[in-house]
Amino acid sequence: MTKYNRIFRVADNRRPSPGYSLIRLQSDESLPPMVPGQFVSVRVDGVQHTFLRRPFSIHNVDADDRALELLIQVVGEGSARIAALQPGDSVDMIFPLGNGFTTDIAPASEVLLTGGGAGIAPLLFLGKELRQRGIVPTFLLGGRSAANLIRMDAFEAVGRLCCTTEDGSMGERGFVTQHSILQDRRFDFIYTCGPRPMMAAVAAYARRTGSPCEVSLENTMACGIGACLCCVEDTRQGHQCVCTAGPVFNIEQLKW
Amino acid sequence: MVDLTVKIGALTLKNPVMTASGTFGYGPEYADFFDVAQLGGIIVKGTTADAREGNPYPRMAETPSGMLNAVGLQNKGVDWFCSHIYPSIKDIDTNIIVNVSGSTVEKYVECAAKIAALDAVPAIELNISCPNVKEGGMAFGVTAKGAFEVVEAVRKVYPKTLIVKLSPNVTDIASIARAVEYAGADAVSLINTVLGMAVDAERQRPVLSTVTGGLSGPCIKPIALRMVWQTAKAVRIPVIGMGGIASAADAVEFMLAGATAVEIGTANFIDPAVSAKVITGLSDYAGRHGIAQICELTGALRV
Ligand SMILES: Cc1cc2nc3c(=O)[nH]c(=O)nc-3n(C[C@H](O)[C@H](O)[C@H](O)COP(=O)(O)OP(=O)(O)OC[C@H]3O[C@@H](n4cnc5c(N)ncnc54)[C@H](O)[C@@H]3O)c2cc1C
Ligand SMILES: Cc1cc2nc3c(=O)[nH]c(=O)nc-3n(C[C@H](O)[C@H](O)[C@H](O)COP(=O)(O)O)c2cc1C
Ligand code: FES
Repeated sequence: MTKYNRIFRVADNRRPSPGYSLIRLQSDESLPPMVPGQFVSVRVDGVQHTFLRRPFSIHNVDADDRALELLIQVVGEGSARIAALQPGDSVDMIFPLGNGFTTDIAPASEVLLTGGGAGIAPLLFLGKELRQRGIVPTFLLGGRSAANLIRMDAFEAVGRLCCTTEDGSMGERGFVTQHSILQDRRFDFIYTCGPRPMMAAVAAYARRTGSPCEVSLENTMACGIGACLCCVEDTRQGHQCVCTAGPVFNIEQLKW
Repeated sequence: MVDLTVKIGALTLKNPVMTASGTFGYGPEYADFFDVAQLGGIIVKGTTADAREGNPYPRMAETPSGMLNAVGLQNKGVDWFCSHIYPSIKDIDTNIIVNVSGSTVEKYVECAAKIAALDAVPAIELNISCPNVKEGGMAFGVTAKGAFEVVEAVRKVYPKTLIVKLSPNVTDIASIARAVEYAGADAVSLINTVLGMAVDAERQRPVLSTVTGGLSGPCIKPIALRMVWQTAKAVRIPVIGMGGIASAADAVEFMLAGATAVEIGTANFIDPAVSAKVITGLSDYAGRHGIAQICELTGALRV
């Protein structure tokens, strides 16, 4: 897939919840093909501590409007600067990067898309793509409390929505892997993105039920295009770059 | 029209701008962003006699105006390079230069000899910053004796242009450069990364799996300029400068300090087309300053 380095304009930047930013970026030119699970790398100029680009998953694509959306959790200086962008500001992005999730699966399959924190970002784009292929996805989203569960309306519009919170303020109490839906059903395919311990628990569940499972990793990156070998994951095929061989890996490839 | 060509040993570069080893893959990784054949040369990833898995993750830490890496020379070995990578890059119309690394003198020699057989590779860049496993892991390039030994041995099996890349982690770069020149190198390039370290205060742990790593990017530019200046005064062979170059002005600074050509490393991560911009910028600079040949800049610093 051809990669592009383009300047986008901020069309909108909203705060779905404190600490998160939903930013809509528009290009003057039409967008190239992109697949769910792919990411962009954003240049954050102006601060010596945010020297490198920052990788973010593609949350949503609106090809007709030449726009894409990112869902960003503020964790440090780079994400804070991006979250502070105003409509009209320009953003330098390299995209689309990485491999993407498997989406050519049988219609009417039962699929689970589960994530937590900013890890839910790629699951919306993925859910929409699966929906177009005649699959009604089940989203299972987790957070510490209700304030961490964002974009619920957007997910609900695409598939079935379940959630968990650690404090029980929304959905079932506990972690995603403790949700009752996992007790009643076996899924034909499971996708997950979020904190490592969560993905490891989901991978263990998938192995128990024999469901194929893909995870999206967030190893720290320098180049994002396979040139520096900084972002490697220790896989069954040796060290592989998360930015080119991933970010999506089948759990069969992983050592955890 | 400004003449941008420069000479390094038997090589003619169409312009003084090359990309630094380990930051540009093998070249095709950047082909979506600009025509890489525009470059004066591409120094491909560090290649070793045997395959290496490199160091465990995490291998990278961002630091103020720079980054630390501890990739550890991950590569599939010289045989894989010759059979699988060389065929796909040999027709790129620029100088393809292989960065050769090793853990013993014998391994350097083995790797260099195999690369010598590749018609479309006119030069190697010998990375002597690697630890010598027979000498307790001390880098070859930190003593004049170690540097001399490895360069002399490789010179015997490598007839084409031999560039030796120097480590900045030394007290007297000039003496190392002279030893390398005396051993038969056609050029020296510098600097490799500066030994550094990053600590995660919250977790009270080192950021890198290897604790220490190599610092690169704009933060090392003043060190690199100083070392290029000292080296250029000490040797007669051409000096290739690098360390934090991110613009044409940076490249000019290195040339004024004594570099014949430059390499761009970490800056490729931030702007993948930066090298093309530096080439254009050099042309503009020469035009503005009434310079007919870019090589006039080399060592032209007025002190
Ligand atoms: C392929 C990929 C997709 C991603 N998608 C999203 C997304 O859609 N939304 C989102 O909010 N975030 C996403 N991330 C994580 C995001 O890149 C980091 O949160 C961001 O780079 C942090 O930059 P910063 O300057 O704000 O923080 P820094 O000051 O650099 O770091 C602050 C803290 O965040 C941690 N951190 C830094 N980089 C990463 C990283 N790459 N992964 C995890 N933790 C990190 C640091 O360890 C540190 O504790 C993704 C990462 C990758 C590799
Ligand atoms: C991720 C990374 C990998 C590198 N790998 C190599 C290598 O394999 N061999 C080598 O001689 N230098 C290697 N270097 C050093 C660079 O080639 C260059 O000397 C150094 O980064 C300074 O230049 P810069 O500041 O422009 O990056 C590497 C640097 C980085 C950042
Ligand atoms: S970030 Fe450079 S290879 Fe993945």
